[in-house]
Amino acid sequence: MSLMTEPISEKEVAHVAYLARLRLSDEELQLFTKQLGAVLEHAKDVEALQLDGVEPMSHPLPLENVTREDEVDEMLDRKEVLNQAPAVEDGRFQVPQILGEQP
Amino acid sequence: MTNADLKDGWELIVGLEVHVELGTATKLFCGCVNQFGDEPNTNICPVCLGLPGSLPVVNEKAVISAMQLGRALNCSVNRSVFARKNYFYPDMPKDYQISQYDQPTNTDGYLDLPSGVRIGIERAHIEEDTGKTVHIGSTGRISGSDYSLVDYNRAGVPLIEVVSHPEIRTINQAKEYVEELRGILLALGVSDAKMEEGSIRVDANVSVRTTNEGGLRTRCEIKNVNSLRSLGRAIEYEANRQIDLYENGESPSQETRHWDESAGRTRSGRSKEDAEDYRYFQEPDLVPLNPNSEIIHMIDQGLPTFPSERRTQLAALADIDIAEIALIVERSHDDFASETIRAGATPQMAIKHLTNNLSDGLGKLTPEAFTSLLQMEENAELTSTQAKKVLGELVLKGGNPQEVAAQFGLEAIDTDQLETLIDQLIANHPDEWERFCGGEKKVQGFFVGEIMKSTSGQADGKAINQILNARTSE
Amino acid sequence: MSSIIPATSLTAQTIAEKVQSGEWTALETLENYLTQIAKSDAEIHAFNTVLEDEARAAARAIDERVALGEDVGPLAGVPVAVKDNLCTKGMRTTASSKILENWNPPYDATVVKRLADAGATLIGKTNMDEFAMGSSTENSAFGPTRNPHDLTCVPGGSSGGSAAAVAAGFSPVAIGSDTGGSIRQPASLCGVVGVKPTYGGVSRYGLLAFASSLDQVGPFANTVRDAAIVHEVIGGYDPKDSTSISEPFPSFLDAIEDGVEGLKIGIISELMGDIDGISSEVIQKTREAATLLSKNGALVEEVSIPASLYCLSAYYLIAPAEASSNLSRYDGVRYGLRVDGETLAEMNINTRTEGFGDEVKRRIMLGTYALSAGYFDAYYGKALKVRRLLAQNFDEVYSKYDALLSPTSPCTAFKLGEKTSDPMTMYVNDVCTIPSNLVGHPAISVPFGSGSDGMPIGVQILAPPMQEALMYRVASTLESAEK
Ligand SMILES: [Mg+2]
Ligand SMILES: [Zn+2]
Repeated sequence: MSLMTEPISEKEVAHVAYLARLRLSDEELQLFTKQLGAVLEHAKDVEALQLDGVEPMSHPLPLENVTREDEVDEMLDRKEVLNQAPAVEDGRFQVPQILGEQP
Repeated sequence: MTNADLKDGWELIVGLEVHVELGTATKLFCGCVNQFGDEPNTNICPVCLGLPGSLPVVNEKAVISAMQLGRALNCSVNRSVFARKNYFYPDMPKDYQISQYDQPTNTDGYLDLPSGVRIGIERAHIEEDTGKTVHIGSTGRISGSDYSLVDYNRAGVPLIEVVSHPEIRTINQAKEYVEELRGILLALGVSDAKMEEGSIRVDANVSVRTTNEGGLRTRCEIKNVNSLRSLGRAIEYEANRQIDLYENGESPSQETRHWDESAGRTRSGRSKEDAEDYRYFQEPDLVPLNPNSEIIHMIDQGLPTFPSERRTQLAALADIDIAEIALIVERSHDDFASETIRAGATPQMAIKHLTNNLSDGLGKLTPEAFTSLLQMEENAELTSTQAKKVLGELVLKGGNPQEVAAQFGLEAIDTDQLETLIDQLIANHPDEWERFCGGEKKVQGFFVGEIMKSTSGQADGKAINQILNARTSE
Repeated sequence: MSSIIPATSLTAQTIAEKVQSGEWTALETLENYLTQIAKSDAEIHAFNTVLEDEARAAARAIDERVALGEDVGPLAGVPVAVKDNLCTKGMRTTASSKILENWNPPYDATVVKRLADAGATLIGKTNMDEFAMGSSTENSAFGPTRNPHDLTCVPGGSSGGSAAAVAAGFSPVAIGSDTGGSIRQPASLCGVVGVKPTYGGVSRYGLLAFASSLDQVGPFANTVRDAAIVHEVIGGYDPKDSTSISEPFPSFLDAIEDGVEGLKIGIISELMGDIDGISSEVIQKTREAATLLSKNGALVEEVSIPASLYCLSAYYLIAPAEASSNLSRYDGVRYGLRVDGETLAEMNINTRTEGFGDEVKRRIMLGTYALSAGYFDAYYGKALKVRRLLAQNFDEVYSKYDALLSPTSPCTAFKLGEKTSDPMTMYVNDVCTIPSNLVGHPAISVPFGSGSDGMPIGVQILAPPMQEALMYRVASTLESAEK
């Protein structure tokens, strides 16, 4: 029993683009919807597989408990870092007006 | 404990999410200094700045601290994995936060409050802190600002997020919960736990329901609560706001609301409709943490005795109600109290002085000196007023109470001497004495006051009353 | 068909020996390569940045150390071209993206540091598909790289610049990164050796992430031995990478000439037949390689990895999912491009819309979709389970076989523009290389003749995790028979 997902819609692509902070023109929206649809259509083979009870594998290595000692390491020079920044004020990174509080 | 300010017929339900900054030397995933108050953007490196190509490596001390806190909160400490919580915000250098999601380090614990209530802990997980944003413009707040400036010194500082079940039922319990958690953190030494510096940050999930109603109604998450006092005010305001809505036939919508301290109200933040889709997935740059039973055992062995247990111990020793000794435990004066009680001091008297007269610390006071002072008071060698004076001196300079009392010329007047003085006084004021014997109680104050005056306060008030009462029945 | 292939090429091994002995200087060696670059890179465009001055300074320093009698290291005076997604301190690192066009990292990738410590001179940063997303190096914001064997063809990708640099004689060895075949496929198309190490075998610290659980840095070279030499230099435990393997690997070089006598080698049957766009010539060459190995004493049989049929789909869900998160940080706040806007969100959107190319946008959106509420289980979750099945398939096969054989790329180098209009057609190029990335195993592509179009064909040898020594042994046998 596997309910296959509907083909991706322009509305969904537009939403995903917003989540990813991208803007699409109308033509791009159409084109990307078609192209993403084709990739997801190909992925139907995976979607259709019955894989209950198979443990997902997020990572190729079975490593565990990799940690470091709580010891101070070299830090960066502020000037050098801020030199690479698009906009700076008062030793800080400047950003345009933020609408809405932090989630 | 009641909610005096909640309308009749309504109940409060609160769940708390407390973010605790750990006091490690370095950040959670890099070797940058974990320090409050430095020049902006000086404690940064490729990792905590989220530079392309950088990779996180977990701070062992932070992990151990998290597990210690988990055990202190009676949690099971699990195999855990880090996850990425994805959303765009400029104080987050990678535009995702490394946190824990479906497999947190600690789950299913509880916290016992001094008032005797047990609050369930859902989870206590490890995550990284964000940077700090200041908003430039007329308001100084985010809304109405012209632009903002970001400092990443705090980005990547290790946090433990402790999430309670929605089992807190009064404002007092909410405050007690935070206080108790602070006590545990201080006992563990894993955080300086300063709410005013932001090393403890509390979000409150508040909902209300009518008395005897089962289930939970819509909750609102209140953020930006910076002190215990505002926590109380915010919960109270929010509960009443929700009650008003219900009583007007409306209902609150699930949303994040921000506490505005100066306005004394909560304001709507982001509603659930435009809630972010965080797209959590396992952090591929980190591997799972899996403490074996040896590590858990080692952590358990190293745990200090926590406030709740210390309260129980002291209450049992002193044979006094837990609520009366909570303050002493909070001040960590319980060992001192126990020692004096074991050395023979009357528990009530020791508790009374520790609670009322030693709130600023014990200074140079030794348990021996304290015990013998209490004995002097007990034996009426000193009045309670005199004892308090001597105590002050012992805290300041140390020494033993006999010598200090002698230095000050303090000595409770013995009973014979006192009886003579009282008899003289009665003889000189026959009218007052008649009124006293007639049951006019306020005249008692006159006699006590006069004796105190004539003895420069060295007489014991209790003894004076006893003698006066004895004379009336003669 | 115009091509730019040097008649002979020096090996890194030879250069290091001659420079260390003082017979050649690092500087004159470098100059020869710089001359070749100056002559032909305008046509090939293997490099985003040629580091002439920095490389000369490094070469001079090496010559001074040699003069003092110091042991400079296994890559003494060897010029190395490094893919432009590895951080080089103070030197432009772009990932061939407009969003990082002028970014100078304040730190070196571990791999870059290790190369320098081994005496190599960093000759330049190579062109690539933007953020390593592509199989043809046509998705570079700075224009495509061309295949030195035929300038009208692609070099493969995403490490096309590094593969082309070695093929064109711009540097004896090069470094690339491989997330789904991005080293092996261009190596195959350019006729050079390319290696994807065991996941965790080479540090990812300083590698601009595409898909973190799949990315590995690895070498390109003209010979299997050179690849192994560079691999030993860049590999090994790095405490800055939590996914780095701390146990030592068996030496890659000690057994490299031991032959294949007695080894059991499987041909992956799923990758030898019914695959979209696979050419019969490629299958034919792979069979010839199998015959050759059995002639040399190996037992070669067809084996089945059933889950390999689902790898392409699984990969194009997992890799974009991780990428969507990895590329969020390019937001115009701390470094790189900013395109202004009235509000923060507008600025973020303007920057990313202008800064990223179409393929990057496609994959970010695909990955965002695969991870989003409501689709996670159907797409990303399922793909992770396919990955588990695949790992189980490999475990089973490796309980009976020492190594596996397959084609590297389903076809020889194709024409520029031939596959750009339909992403799916391009994605199919990775079908033979993706399985190794999903399970984290090592694999190598070795040149093995050419097709009727005269373009190189490579075959792929796969080995169990940490068994690179064995992989190099088999590869070396194929190489010496081919010569
Ligand atoms: Mg949190
Ligand atoms: Zn840092």
